[in-house]
Amino acid sequence: MWGAGVLFRDFFRKTKYAILDTPGRLQSREQDVSIRCEECGELILLKDIEKNFKVCSKCGYHLKMTAQERLNVLLDRGSFEEYDKNLETVDVLKFPGYHEKLEASREVTGLREAVVTGKGEIEGNTVIICIMDPRFISASMGSVVGEKITRALEKAEEKKTPIIIFSASGGARMQEGMLSLMQMAKTSAAAARLNEDGVLYISVLTNPTTGGVTASFASLGDVIIAEPGALIGFAGPRVIEQTIRQKLPSGFQRAEFLLQHGLIDLIVERKDLRKVLSRMLVLHKKS
Amino acid sequence: MTNKLEFDKPINELEMKIKELQDFAEEKDINLDDEIKVLKERLYSFKKETYENLLPWQKAQVARYVERPSTRDYINLIFKDFIELHGDRCYGDDKAIIGGIALLDKRPVTVVGHQKGKDIKENVSYNFGMPHPEGYRKALRLMLQAEKFKRPVICFVDTPGAFPGIGAEERGQGEAIARNLMEMSRLKTPVLVIISGEGGSGEALALAVGDKIFMLEHAIYSVISPEGCASILWKDSSRAMEAASLLKLTAEDLLGFGVIDEILQEPLGGAHREPQEMAAKIKEVLIKCLAELEDTPVNELVKGRYEKFRKMGSYSIFEEGQLEILPRDK
Ligand SMILES: [Zn+2]
Repeated sequence: MWGAGVLFRDFFRKTKYAILDTPGRLQSREQDVSIRCEECGELILLKDIEKNFKVCSKCGYHLKMTAQERLNVLLDRGSFEEYDKNLETVDVLKFPGYHEKLEASREVTGLREAVVTGKGEIEGNTVIICIMDPRFISASMGSVVGEKITRALEKAEEKKTPIIIFSASGGARMQEGMLSLMQMAKTSAAAARLNEDGVLYISVLTNPTTGGVTASFASLGDVIIAEPGALIGFAGPRVIEQTIRQKLPSGFQRAEFLLQHGLIDLIVERKDLRKVLSRMLVLHKKS
Repeated sequence: MTNKLEFDKPINELEMKIKELQDFAEEKDINLDDEIKVLKERLYSFKKETYENLLPWQKAQVARYVERPSTRDYINLIFKDFIELHGDRCYGDDKAIIGGIALLDKRPVTVVGHQKGKDIKENVSYNFGMPHPEGYRKALRLMLQAEKFKRPVICFVDTPGAFPGIGAEERGQGEAIARNLMEMSRLKTPVLVIISGEGGSGEALALAVGDKIFMLEHAIYSVISPEGCASILWKDSSRAMEAASLLKLTAEDLLGFGVIDEILQEPLGGAHREPQEMAAKIKEVLIKCLAELEDTPVNELVKGRYEKFRKMGSYSIFEEGQLEILPRDK
């Protein structure tokens, strides 16, 4: 009976979802052999780029990573346990094109929304982790993204477990109107509680992090780390250029610019990220 | 006078005609009361007809109208003994946000708000109400000061958005807004917010995390400007009118979404026609609201504020059984 039930249910299942796990190493796809670096234009062999954490071997450019790829390289093998994967986005405003955009993003990413949250281990240290995936409508923050991040922050507070959030976002999700803007207040308020309870929050800024995410939880970490060359800012560079009608200085709004202006703690290359995060977690262990 | 609101023109003309008639009657010492009464009745129904049926885009125009009372106007009309305080103690004094201490009735309060100008000269000085990081940091400094002295905080929101510039980014515009959101959410004193004009995105929100969010009837509050939305959607900012309808940025819409708590009706024909009347209403509401919050222990106040924003958002939950596991052969 039970088996039949499962089959019956499987027959009618509708919602697509990729199982996220941490197999330890990226699977190689034999059909694609090489990829072109967005920065220097060099053709790089896929097997090299995978060995190299998706960093261009010629110029050091950090290519965008999917949420799945980040989990794979960051967490201990098999340690990931996903939270809240059953939250579904609602097109509250019946916004033109939004439904199609959501469907297309789901298809491309295998994800239901722009952030993956859960629990895992980094070199044996338990952490709560949120990873935004820039392929999903520019990882803009709508109600579901805000809710998942808030729940993860609340879980960190409740369990007194450190949290790491990897941001990559174009900002608030216009298609959800004011409810998307309010996610900034919601996530920041949750970060405030964590702050009062003395729980570690590490914010990792990846390319690109802008708008409402920069202006909320991403800027509120106890420690703020950025990947080399990541674009990080509030207003987008094009908007600024159009407003002030002058060319922006080179390197403007890049991670190195933010470090120079005292806005972030440190820049860490991707290959060292796991090690640095692990050390940071150990340094915050209560003795 | 120039730059009148397009849909206000018939109302303005009638107002002028009535004034002329009144002056004429006085000058010639004749009785035109009946004629004036008829015109006044027509004016009333004109205003009612127009302002009860404003489209979202027209509301945006009312909200941005130069003659609409500014934060400083409201401060002068609502509070007594206002002392303006300046600067973020760090970089500078941003005139796009003003703040200070004043008396509301007999109670000392801290008032903070975005400030727009009434003419080009003022607007250059106030940067059109578009703050830089030091503006948010000044606001936060004044709010923390209010917390220390157990004064309630009252915020007026009226900004098109933050200034997109090199200096703003260098000094951490994003961090400044984020810090305000975080600190305001835990401020141990009542925080009341009035969305009085244009609530432009995160820059508005940075002064709008409060226990009670009031919004004037014709104010707007939006994640993006209608022009910005139109240029993203259709690469055509002139379609802002359509975008304004899509964004659901009116007080009525936002009350429905639970983003605001209460709509404050404006005098017929908008706050710009009767600033005194509008101010009196805001004053009454603020006094009443503070009296209600007076007995709430501060911990409960902060907890309630958290819950209020915690609830915002819209999503559904699907059952595990509905999950189809990818990848599947397609
Ligand atoms: Zn390269």
